[in-house]
Amino acid sequence: MNWKTFGAMLARDAHVARRNAIQLLLQTFLQPLLFVFIFGRVMVGSGYMPAVYKSLLLPGIIAISMVFTGIWAVAMPLIAEFQWTREIEDRLLAPIDVAWIAIEKVIAGMLQALVAGLIVIPLAWLVLRPGVDISIHAPLTFAVIIVLVATFSACGGLALGCSINQQHIGLMFGMVITPMIFFGCTYYPWSALKTFPILQKAVLINPLVYASEGLRATLVPQFPHLSIAAVLVALLFFDVLLLVVGLRQFEKKAVS
Amino acid sequence: MAVGVRTQDLRKVYSSSPPLGAAGGFVARADAKGGKQPKTQIPALDGLSLEILPGEIFGLLGPNGAGKSTTVGVLTTRVRPTSGQAWIGEHDVWKEQARVKHLIGVVPQRPNLDFSLTAREILIFHAAYFGIGSKLRNDRADELLEKFKLTERATQMVRGFSGGMMQRLSIARAMMHDPQVLFLDEPSAGLDPQTRILLWEIIREYHQAGRTVLLTTHNMEEADALCQRLAIIDHGHVIAQGTPVQLKASIPGGFLLRLRFGNRTADLLQRLQSLAGVREVRALDGADSTGADVYADRGGSLIPEIATLAANSGAELSDVHISEPSLENLFLHHTGRSLRD
Repeated sequence: MNWKTFGAMLARDAHVARRNAIQLLLQTFLQPLLFVFIFGRVMVGSGYMPAVYKSLLLPGIIAISMVFTGIWAVAMPLIAEFQWTREIEDRLLAPIDVAWIAIEKVIAGMLQALVAGLIVIPLAWLVLRPGVDISIHAPLTFAVIIVLVATFSACGGLALGCSINQQHIGLMFGMVITPMIFFGCTYYPWSALKTFPILQKAVLINPLVYASEGLRATLVPQFPHLSIAAVLVALLFFDVLLLVVGLRQFEKKAVS
Repeated sequence: MAVGVRTQDLRKVYSSSPPLGAAGGFVARADAKGGKQPKTQIPALDGLSLEILPGEIFGLLGPNGAGKSTTVGVLTTRVRPTSGQAWIGEHDVWKEQARVKHLIGVVPQRPNLDFSLTAREILIFHAAYFGIGSKLRNDRADELLEKFKLTERATQMVRGFSGGMMQRLSIARAMMHDPQVLFLDEPSAGLDPQTRILLWEIIREYHQAGRTVLLTTHNMEEADALCQRLAIIDHGHVIAQGTPVQLKASIPGGFLLRLRFGNRTADLLQRLQSLAGVREVRALDGADSTGADVYADRGGSLIPEIATLAANSGAELSDVHISEPSLENLFLHHTGRSLRD
């Protein structure tokens, strides 16, 4: 393992992220904040939604922001770099094993997802206040969960980015990301699906469910949520699965 | 100490389309059993063995699709061979990848510059990937930008660069970590003549510093001017190998004289064949003229004799074209096809 090379590649990604900061911020936060504004302020303010919905919504918004950022940050550059600009070749020729280049991408994506999650908390709180009832009762559990969520989003980005053709990016959003968000228990708790028993079982294959429910369990435990143990096991399972698949796909792309 | 390059019996069969710039060989369709989709098998390398000596400029010459880029791909850890072995110095390319990547610099056929960075940042980050310290990489980047006449554009994003500028920057990048072996895949394709000459000078200079250079080209002039030794490859294997002089000397006769006559008498071809130094005479009959291709081991000095002979036999010589011994003739001789085909 060549730490100097690994560090230099991380520095490169940080440099590029800084350069594109405004674009990244808009792309990450505009949609969730609009959602927070419409559902948390407009709908609640006009009386169509109960006030407690504000607190229920926030963990889901954090989960969406993190997962979307992680997937986007890893998948989009990989799709472009492997297929269009081929600029990844520069790093494929750096003196380091190919798998580490993929892991560097995952780490960079995780860091971006974590930053997104940590920024969206105060931002959403500002938009929603007053009347948001969140608190971090178990900081360690919260930290573990957001790291696991960041990992699964970045690993998911790796797996998607190395499996999808440039011309299928639109399809990826329509067929993967959008259903994932809507069936991800982001805007409602998992228990709300009990009137749709088949759907309630089916959504359990969606890792975003565990991200939303895990954040709900640690930030707003007064609402119904999946048990923390189940969330941790499921998130760990998806982290490992997506990392293994992502690394395999990356090596397939990197070496013909 | 300079580092050599060796390959032994390399074979590469692509089961899907080969990546751009590494397309090779002919396409053979093998029908899979059980009524499945027929699988396309594309053999790109077919038992390719090469030995490139430490510190030489070696050229791989061949037409498009001969397997040149695939060979470079295998030697630079980007294409995994189906069978066979490849070494950079003492290191097996596929067992010691990280070590090998330290020793090599690669200029790809198609630019693959980092579009998110400026020209200078591309060089600096490249050096950082190779663990080169901050001061050294800054100094070297400035030096190379100057050498490749890119100093004025150093702080611009490379997205707007012309093809020639991208190519120069690609070469500068490959030299940033001062690799022992420099690979250049079709380095002068698409360059204007001025830039090509600059590139040749830089390659020679790099070689004089004791480095090994392997370049691929389908340009015979470039191979002839730059390379100390050459391998001519076609359909994934080596068909001839040696110095340009040796290779050209191996063409029977060497010179080709294309003659055109207004009219031609029956015994003219036989009389041409009897001239000293003539190896072979082939009759050529065009729509409005007749002619002959004469393969001989001398060129211009044959002309007076041919003219006299033609006059004596009542044939009117209307056009003469002499081509000197060339790699093009050699390729034609070995494959029956032109390099440009």
